[in-house]
Amino acid sequence: MGLLYDRETCTGCMLCIKVCNFGAIEKDGDKVKFDIDKCVLCGSCEEVCPVDAIKIERRTVDEEALAEYKDVWVFCETHEGRLRNVALELVTKARELADKLGERVVAVLIGHEIEGLAECLIHQGADKVLVVDDKIYADYSTDAYTIAMASLIAPRKPAIVLFGATNNGRELAPRVAARLKLGLTADCTGLEIDENRQLVQIRPAFGGNIMAEILCPYTRPQMATVRPNVFKPSEPDTSRTGEIEKVEIKVNPLQVRTRILDRVVEVTEGMKSVEEADIIVSCGRGIKDPSNLNLPQALADLLDAAVGGSRPIVDAGWLPPTQQVGQSGRTVSPKLYFALGISGAIQHIAGMSSSDIIVAINKDPEAPIFEIADFGIVGDLFEVVPAIIEEIKQLKEKR
Amino acid sequence: MKIIVPIKQVPEVAEVKINPETGTLIRDGVPSILNPFDEYAVEAAIQLKEKFGGEVTVITMGPPQAKDALLKALAMGADRAVHLTDRAFAGADTWATAYTLAVQIKKMEFDMVICGKQAIDGDTAQVGPELAELLGVPQICYVRHLEVSEDQKFVIAHRETDDGYEVIKAKLPVLLTATKGLNEPRLPNIMGIMKAKKKPMDVIDAATLGVPEDEIGLKGSPTTVRKVYPPPRRSGGIKIEDMDPKEAAKKLVEFLASKGAI
Repeated sequence: MGLLYDRETCTGCMLCIKVCNFGAIEKDGDKVKFDIDKCVLCGSCEEVCPVDAIKIERRTVDEEALAEYKDVWVFCETHEGRLRNVALELVTKARELADKLGERVVAVLIGHEIEGLAECLIHQGADKVLVVDDKIYADYSTDAYTIAMASLIAPRKPAIVLFGATNNGRELAPRVAARLKLGLTADCTGLEIDENRQLVQIRPAFGGNIMAEILCPYTRPQMATVRPNVFKPSEPDTSRTGEIEKVEIKVNPLQVRTRILDRVVEVTEGMKSVEEADIIVSCGRGIKDPSNLNLPQALADLLDAAVGGSRPIVDAGWLPPTQQVGQSGRTVSPKLYFALGISGAIQHIAGMSSSDIIVAINKDPEAPIFEIADFGIVGDLFEVVPAIIEEIKQLKEKR
Repeated sequence: MKIIVPIKQVPEVAEVKINPETGTLIRDGVPSILNPFDEYAVEAAIQLKEKFGGEVTVITMGPPQAKDALLKALAMGADRAVHLTDRAFAGADTWATAYTLAVQIKKMEFDMVICGKQAIDGDTAQVGPELAELLGVPQICYVRHLEVSEDQKFVIAHRETDDGYEVIKAKLPVLLTATKGLNEPRLPNIMGIMKAKKKPMDVIDAATLGVPEDEIGLKGSPTTVRKVYPPPRRSGGIKIEDMDPKEAAKKLVEFLASKGAI
């Protein structure tokens, strides 16, 4: 059992009950008792206990062995010969982490005929780019990319490896982690270095209701997938120089056990991806009829924004699934998010609450979306949105 | 065709509330449900069994009450259940969970493993791919359309991508993770619920599973949770009521321009 409770030492202050997120501690006379089935051993109680009556048994750390691992790596995903935005965001963040550690940023570029992108990564902050270029990597496959990543990581011993939490990143990283028997944290929205030089991985859980700080104390590298659009990419510095190393990693076609027969792009002509947009205009049930979608579209066109929607709109087939924002859709964090006629169910909020600025327009003054909106207007979106469009047009003319 | 469906019992996340005083989750009275993404996986497995014959086994690692999730899957039409339950499994992260499931699944025969894309409490989507790796089979994640060839040797699946989907072919055995759109999970009927109680359910503890203690639960987990806290609350900002739409729009645009957002 992982949790040790010293009833003698316990003063019965009940602080532990207050901090337990899992209802695993209850009052037992003037002391407490633990429900181990509910306990996830998160350590909140251990931390808060003023007399150290709670101890969570953990593995021992071999610090010498861990110290051999150095540098911050970023798996830089490409798409149709271009770097995904998240690669630039992560290299920027990796630079910050590496500077704190006094180590290097190493960007990993896997694909075919992608060497030209290495320079951008150096300008973005990488000290070194590992380029793995072969026809077998032209299309993403879990098998080939896992072999490449595992073959790079195992002998070179990085301290940290970051992946973008895209569809590909979210299935590649766990495959690599399982192969190398490493810890992995999903969908991080924050990354820090603590006083012990460990990577603190911060992520939302329970539909965004709580934040958790995760560590990988025993194994290296520490691996995490990181949500797109959370960290801002820095301005590229074209005077930066760095090393580009080509690495040959052979994969036999037989080792790739999946074959792509076809690829279907569903992003409708002219419809921007919600995951990569700086501004998103989202609508919910309040839009009433699919023919009314030209209103959010007009606002989006004006701002070079993407049009998104809540689950009911997508379920009704008014927008393609690629545009759905929320827990069962895409997680976004644009600079500006318009919620038009969206009440703000927790599942929707989980997918957009890390946006920089949230604007809500809703008829219902009690709609929960107003609780998180930076700017809320209680009113009819069919009156307010045209007025906003008019105002923005005027502003643009003035500029 | 033998299909294994790993499932998880989760709290109904939509009903989880925060205690404003302590900032902790209020879980009392929050119902436990079969993870919604796992319902797509169970439904897909049952449909394949109905077409090709065979057997669907649902498996979970969880506390005793997780039995209810298994019963639901049995009521939908799964044939048998395996419940890995032991205090020693507590505190497992995704790696230790995948490892524990893999040890059991390796003892069983399967043509396909179908998981839900992710559990709605942790939202990691990691156990599926980790399990595929530990079982040594290929994976196709985020599947929203699935066909199996008549000779039952191949699957053709539509895998959701960031801008659409890929049509992917793989030879069995394979692990799939199911996402929304794959099917409409059936609701168990009374007959199904009655039958479920009579279907075989193996309850297995750590000793029976035969796993070393330092590979499971908290001890076997390479990650640890250092701290859990409520998210920084976004304080609601400006809220305008009873204002002429034009006036309100003007105020909004001024606000956005002052923040440099437009």
